[in-house]
Amino acid sequence: MKFGIVTFPGSNCDYDAFHAVTDALGEEARYLWHREHDLAGADVVVLPGGFSYGDYLRAGAIARFSPIMREVVAHAKRGGPVLAICNGFQIACEAGLLPGALLRNESLAFVSETVRLRVENPETMFTAGYEKGQLLRIPIAHGEGRYTADEETLTRLEGDGRVAFRYVGPDGRTDASANPNGSMRAIAGIVSEGGNVLGMMPHPERAVDPLLGSVDGLALFESLLSRVSA
Amino acid sequence: MSNFRVAVHIVPRRGILDPQGTAVAHALQTLGFSGVADVKVGRHIVIDVAAPDRGAADRSAREMCEKLLANPVTEDFEIATVEPA
Repeated sequence: MKFGIVTFPGSNCDYDAFHAVTDALGEEARYLWHREHDLAGADVVVLPGGFSYGDYLRAGAIARFSPIMREVVAHAKRGGPVLAICNGFQIACEAGLLPGALLRNESLAFVSETVRLRVENPETMFTAGYEKGQLLRIPIAHGEGRYTADEETLTRLEGDGRVAFRYVGPDGRTDASANPNGSMRAIAGIVSEGGNVLGMMPHPERAVDPLLGSVDGLALFESLLSRVSA
Repeated sequence: MSNFRVAVHIVPRRGILDPQGTAVAHALQTLGFSGVADVKVGRHIVIDVAAPDRGAADRSAREMCEKLLANPVTEDFEIATVEPA
């Protein structure tokens, strides 16, 4: 399976994603420069973390106008899988691939730590390798990760099982102290209506090797491998 | 075509948590501005634009806000001024 990893000016997790795909998963990956006009046959597109265009105006606001994004949006509309991580999640929201927005962390601080996530829906192509309610240790590193949407959108997301991951404490429950950024309903990741776009603030690509302190992110990539190439 | 300078204000929507505004409000209260009830921190953007007339410059700026400058999910905007430039 072929992964296309988009590099915007200011992306800085593209190498991590490349490493996760090629070294940990053992699949093929190539970088897609933001000025390119085709996805070079990628089965899965990764919008990686970073600070595309310096986060000018709003995080992700400018990146969405990159030439490659037109192709990414078309790919998503065809049902193609898009994994949007951190800054990628912000870009996906700005591009209208996912509802809502990521705002400044409630604490106003940049938070860089390993958090606990609970798998809310193991039925998606990104989470099929997990159990419902499984707890994962995955790192986060962001200043603007507070998921925000109106009540109607939140209710729809919940009702349709589109909340993929939530921030939880060691006991597996949501509470304010375990919510690192003040996200509404402790939402850490959501999928699109068609289930083929996942946006998440935590970095699964940085949790694929025991050396990095956790391998809990690997199953996400393995899920894609089993669901997409099939 | 004439040149216009358009100023727009973009602020977090009421009801959406604005921790930056809250932090500034606390700082102002600490400084003794006890009358400060609430602060919203937003952006002020100045655009120089060529347009047939003032109304067209206003409409153009509004469209810019809707398409890019403001996030429709979380922010409100207003055209503060449109002046000949």
